[in-house]
Amino acid sequence: MSGLRLYLRYLGVSIRSQMQYRASFFAASLGTFIVTGVEAVGIWALFERFGHLTQWTLSQVALFYGLVNIAFAFTDALARGFDLFGAQFVKTGNFDRLLVRPRSTFLQLAGHEFTLYRVGRLTMGVLVLAYALATLDLSWGIAEFAVFLFALVGAFLFFYGLIVIQATISFWTTESLEIMNALTYGGVETAQYPLAIYREGFRRFFTYAVPLGCVSYFPMVYVLGIDDPLGSSRLFQAASPLAGFLFFGLTLLFWRFGLRRYASTGS
Amino acid sequence: MSAYLAVVAMRYQMLLQYRAAALAGFVTQFFWGAIKLMVLAAFLAASSREQPMSWAEIVAYVWLGQALLGLLPWNVDPEIQEKFTTGAVAYELLRPLDLYFFWYARTLAFRMATTTLRAMPMLVVALFVLPLVGLAEWQLAPPPSWASTVWFFASLAATVLLATACTMVMHISLYWTISGRGITVAAGGIVPVLCGLTVPLPLFPDWAQTFLYWQPLRGLADTPFRIYSGHIAPAEAAPEIALQLAWTVVIVLCGRALLRRAQRSLVVQGG
Repeated sequence: MSGLRLYLRYLGVSIRSQMQYRASFFAASLGTFIVTGVEAVGIWALFERFGHLTQWTLSQVALFYGLVNIAFAFTDALARGFDLFGAQFVKTGNFDRLLVRPRSTFLQLAGHEFTLYRVGRLTMGVLVLAYALATLDLSWGIAEFAVFLFALVGAFLFFYGLIVIQATISFWTTESLEIMNALTYGGVETAQYPLAIYREGFRRFFTYAVPLGCVSYFPMVYVLGIDDPLGSSRLFQAASPLAGFLFFGLTLLFWRFGLRRYASTGS
Repeated sequence: MSAYLAVVAMRYQMLLQYRAAALAGFVTQFFWGAIKLMVLAAFLAASSREQPMSWAEIVAYVWLGQALLGLLPWNVDPEIQEKFTTGAVAYELLRPLDLYFFWYARTLAFRMATTTLRAMPMLVVALFVLPLVGLAEWQLAPPPSWASTVWFFASLAATVLLATACTMVMHISLYWTISGRGITVAAGGIVPVLCGLTVPLPLFPDWAQTFLYWQPLRGLADTPFRIYSGHIAPAEAAPEIALQLAWTVVIVLCGRALLRRAQRSLVVQGG
């Protein structure tokens, strides 16, 4: 069986098993919908109070919010195996069982679970994005559409990469470290607002060290068709989501590096 | 009474063991606070109108929120939750203590231990370290007067009692839900926004203020934070704290009533 077919089979099994607890699935989806929505209410309240955010309007911020929440919802649903890796595989020694199977560990972990209730975040993201598109009056050509999709996939891979790093670190620490949450959940929080409003050091960190801005802020400025207050060129804005793909590639190398150093906890 | 105090002390010492987790939590919390401050600063800078909070009051609100996050009733004590899945809750019923206040004491320790470990470093950094690293505008200023300080601690004590009472409602709901996952998710959504952690409550639209003022969750964060910064003057602090305590009593009574109902139809998980 090819890797892709096996992966899809894994996801299918995961979906069927979660559908055994239908009520729990609906409750959890509604819960995530509300939690994500609270953030949106917060942003809305601030715009009600202050009117605008430097030169940015609520509709423009809604575009950033929509993109990053849709992308992260997919990551969050598909990277569960890596998210739980430290606690459920390394600490318990369960990872040894994955190693003796004749398939790559990456494939097995990626297929560990397809967390369906993240659909709550996805729905919220889609609704806010729809609000942005309804109120923004953008001129969507093929280029804008392509850059939007490029950014969406780039952001998905970027967040996936962060969670792979979190998993790889637990080869050394055994426990999953909450510290990566600052970059994953903190990154989502950050990217809900335009990067231009943050302090310079913080912006650089999220452009060059951790390329969050490249998969959210810059391509969305391209889609909005406005002049970037940070002064980036149109070409850079359109090409920047590539950084998400490269980032993901680097985390794969890091994963393989960590894998070679794995020593079982022996329990 | 001494039995309940012993329970508090014992749980507290146990939970203080997890130092590495506390450090990781601190970094995350600090990062989060920094994002909030940058966003609020950008909003405030662009606005020419008179706003209901000054920058210093916003800074105090944000850092106190990050420091005292653990106090909020957004999760259940995993050990109490486990008693429901394993059926050990049956033993709890045999103890010669009032079950509500026995668990209340445990929960109080759970809330305080997770909080003190995180609050101390956060407050030290916000009060003293930030100006040294060139972030003076993010510095948490001490309260404007001694009166504010004293009322702040009084209000904070009321917050602890209120937060524990709210957590107890979540614990008692485990009688019906067992896993507690749903209620945790729901609380995680509702509590931060109504207590002021998502956005400081005075910054919500004016038409929402009456509702926000009278709802019980405000006492979990908004009341003590605004007393700290002087946004609520010391002269106005006493009725605010009375309101916190009144809500605490109401929620304790609700919790006890729920517990009585739950025990009438208790099914213990076997095994």
